[in-house]
Amino acid sequence: MQKLKTQSLHKQESELAVANKQLEILSTGIFKSGELPTFKNKISETGQFPLQAKKLEILQINVGYMCNQVCEHCHVDAGPDRKEIMTQETMQQILDVIKTTGAHTLDLTGGAPEMNPNFRWFVKEASKIGVKDFIVRSNLTIIRANKKYHDLPEFFKKHNIHVVSSMPHWTRGKTDKQRGEGVFDMSIKALQELNAVGYGIPGSDLKLDLVYNPSGAFLPGDQMSMEKDFKKALLEDFSIQFHNLFAITNLPIARFLDYLIASENYEDYMYSLVEAYNPTAVQNVMCTNTLSVSWDGYLFDCDFNQMLELPVNSKSKHISEYKTELLEGRNIIISQHCYGCTAGAGSSCQGSVA
Amino acid sequence: MPKTYYDPADLRKFGKITEWSEELGNKFFDYYSKVFEEGALTAREKSLIALAVAHTEQCPYCIDAYTKDGLQRGVTKEEMMEAIHVGAAIKSGATLVHGVQMMNKVNKLDG
Ligand code: SF4
Ligand code: SF4
Repeated sequence: MQKLKTQSLHKQESELAVANKQLEILSTGIFKSGELPTFKNKISETGQFPLQAKKLEILQINVGYMCNQVCEHCHVDAGPDRKEIMTQETMQQILDVIKTTGAHTLDLTGGAPEMNPNFRWFVKEASKIGVKDFIVRSNLTIIRANKKYHDLPEFFKKHNIHVVSSMPHWTRGKTDKQRGEGVFDMSIKALQELNAVGYGIPGSDLKLDLVYNPSGAFLPGDQMSMEKDFKKALLEDFSIQFHNLFAITNLPIARFLDYLIASENYEDYMYSLVEAYNPTAVQNVMCTNTLSVSWDGYLFDCDFNQMLELPVNSKSKHISEYKTELLEGRNIIISQHCYGCTAGAGSSCQGSVA
Repeated sequence: MPKTYYDPADLRKFGKITEWSEELGNKFFDYYSKVFEEGALTAREKSLIALAVAHTEQCPYCIDAYTKDGLQRGVTKEEMMEAIHVGAAIKSGATLVHGVQMMNKVNKLDG
């Protein structure tokens, strides 16, 4: 079993903390030698290059890379040692933009978004605007991490937040392997608390969805059968209920890339992604209807491109200069990590897409 | 590079067997994928049966393939090991039950 990391790659000054290094790995080796086709060539086969942004539906805001956990697979390279935190000024700029876009979903992510000192202020202000679906990606353990977070279930409820939380498995061993010692028990407790205020109960408007992503170098199984297995096990073992399960593929970047290389699984994993390539999923990859905003207000096609420091291909590069007409129809920046979004039933922050 | 009979990378080339006998190869792969579809048994149950048989057949490719397949389906390592014990029990049972044949023969020749 892999030893759990306690520091981000950034803190360790690992060469993989550098976005360009990751991009170099993804563009050389088996992709340079032609053993595997590049993503560009693959989507060109079906006339789907260039990928283009359609109408904006989801605004995903990364309010900072700080997190109370240091999960093995984290594509953000988040952790307690990351200091990138969105300011209130940037949040205000985002609020101004939300009012003008037709986006129906606002999706807050991190790190642990709750650790941003302006998180509650932002949620209150944003919920006044009345987007249809207001998501907070909560890692669950944060609710139990410190007294000041214990009331989060009530806070979420008050603002009608749609809670989306990670759970790599319904067993302790597999969860703790990926997310850290003790994470499983804390997550179970947090889920029970969410259930207690009404989250995740069948028929309840308080939406609680779980994200499943594999705990190692393999792809997620069928979303529906995984959901069935999760529901059965969590209900039988812990009386926990939730609405939907999103099965998400780990993309080969940041800490997951580091893990793949260290465990000598990188090439096999890339083969699995390419073999599972599904052209139907390409039409619905999330960058076609999502815009990702970084902690410092810059715009990206998705959270993965944000971490790879690949900004949008548009004159409108920062939330302060947001212009729908400049962003709609833009060409999406792609590389081989994109295979993670098109494998099997496809993968997005909302789960399968095909 | 050490030379061995088995190369893990060969598993990726499995599909190529069709190139030298297209009709039979295609028929086999059609059959194969149909077998593993959800039916009276779930795909998960079939995956565990495949893993157990992979071990009794001692096929390294199948072991790699159905270990990974199991992980993808959320099968736990305890479930995998139990499945292998089922295979092992049948294998050893099948060996030992032939002991009766040996006993019969001894009794006939030397009883
Ligand atoms: S995966 Fe989520 S919970 Fe884990 S370190 Fe990354 S941001 Fe934190
Ligand atoms: S990684 Fe980002 S840019 Fe690439 S396909 Fe996925 S969502 Fe689109």
